[in-house]
Amino acid sequence: MQNTAEVVIIGGGVHGCSIAYHLAQKGFSDIAVLEKGYLASGGTGRSAAGIRHQFGTEINIRLASESIKMMEHLREELEYPCDLGFRQGGYMMLAYSESQLKQFEANVELQNKLVNAGSQILSPAEIAEIVPGINTQDGLLGASFNERDGHIDPFHLTHAYAEAARRLGVHIYTQTRVLDIKTSGNRVSGVVTDKGEIKTQVVVNAAGPHGRIIANMVGLDAPMYPERHQILVTEPIEDFLPCMVISLTHGCYCKQTPHGSLLMGVGDPNEVKDFNERSSWQFLQDVAQKVTFHIPVLERLRIVRQWAGLYDNTEDKQAILGETEVEGFYIDIGWSGHGLQLGPVVGKLMAQKIAGQEPEIDIGPMSIRRFATGELIPEPACV
Amino acid sequence: MDDATIICRCEDLTYEDIRDWIQRGYTSLDEIKRVTRCGMGQCQGRTCRPLLMQELSKSTGQNIAQMQMSTFRPPLEPMKIRAILEHKEDDEI
Repeated sequence: MQNTAEVVIIGGGVHGCSIAYHLAQKGFSDIAVLEKGYLASGGTGRSAAGIRHQFGTEINIRLASESIKMMEHLREELEYPCDLGFRQGGYMMLAYSESQLKQFEANVELQNKLVNAGSQILSPAEIAEIVPGINTQDGLLGASFNERDGHIDPFHLTHAYAEAARRLGVHIYTQTRVLDIKTSGNRVSGVVTDKGEIKTQVVVNAAGPHGRIIANMVGLDAPMYPERHQILVTEPIEDFLPCMVISLTHGCYCKQTPHGSLLMGVGDPNEVKDFNERSSWQFLQDVAQKVTFHIPVLERLRIVRQWAGLYDNTEDKQAILGETEVEGFYIDIGWSGHGLQLGPVVGKLMAQKIAGQEPEIDIGPMSIRRFATGELIPEPACV
Repeated sequence: MDDATIICRCEDLTYEDIRDWIQRGYTSLDEIKRVTRCGMGQCQGRTCRPLLMQELSKSTGQNIAQMQMSTFRPPLEPMKIRAILEHKEDDEI
């Protein structure tokens, strides 16, 4: 292992790898990425990897818009030899109450005003034209929809950044645990791992749900908690579901991958807030009931596999992003279940920040300082 | 084993497909599973996993006994969603 680095990035998910790539592009050298498992083994690889303009706060809408533009050309930019699984078949958010529909209308207006997103509100009849066999009888009032939204393969997305970063000289250490971060005065001076120590002036915490533990190593509290979410995948079938479909009311979503299998997930509102990443049989019953309520014909599919992953939730369901009061210590955590899709743009913005430039999108509102000042920015459109 | 021999029947992968990824630096079961889908099909790796371990061992020198296994995930066999819907708490399994 190298013993010095210009920047050490903790976390080998899509954010860590994207930051590494963008920093290397700016000419930073001897960058080290430390990952305790294999690349994308945490929240990145366990996510359903949906992509959407359809947020309800200005900062997420601006981030999503730029990230989607980047993904539209990413395979060429990163010269990745495989399909990234990026599909823009749309993303549909179902509304089951008047207040939710109103919120979606307000969100759509904001998305279209800020970034010309092309989002729209659909009637139940229009929904049924896009999603075959959807149940429009039991309280479905409408949906928010954007046809440039979609989903991606989280593993290939991460490896595309990792391979491009390696070609630019970045060192990636998998199966490597961070044990401590050293400071000198109010400045980071090194990272201690189970494979050795690296001296550095700059550390980026992109450790997802473990980010609070990492922040504690320099004496910071990053208020965030881990929360298990579960997914299953079915056997592959012919093209059936063109868009991702989600119901915030039921905490339930579904997508069909390019491979043909369907991914279905449900969040449990009573989930214990801990690091449990095992799947449960109760989830199968929960998801079976919810997903067949929305699209009854799905009961004919076979489940092949189920798994679980952790969200890194904050109080306002917004990331903790940017510099901190410890010099040289940067944070990119707390994405609360919608972070994967923003990996491309956030990697670029964090690299700008670390290089001392003004990030091209203002990430100030996501600063860790908001928890002290109370300036929270609650995101209404997340599950 | 011949390059053209199928290693993963569910996902239609040959030894050559796997060797290409090993060449590119993907040398753990977990990584290869996720970039190629080897072991992610309907049999959940029952046939291909030991073959993949042998291939990895041969080309990278890793000891099979010490190789980190990827997680075995439920259900044991593909199972219809309808079967779960019809299940009741007091059913005999």
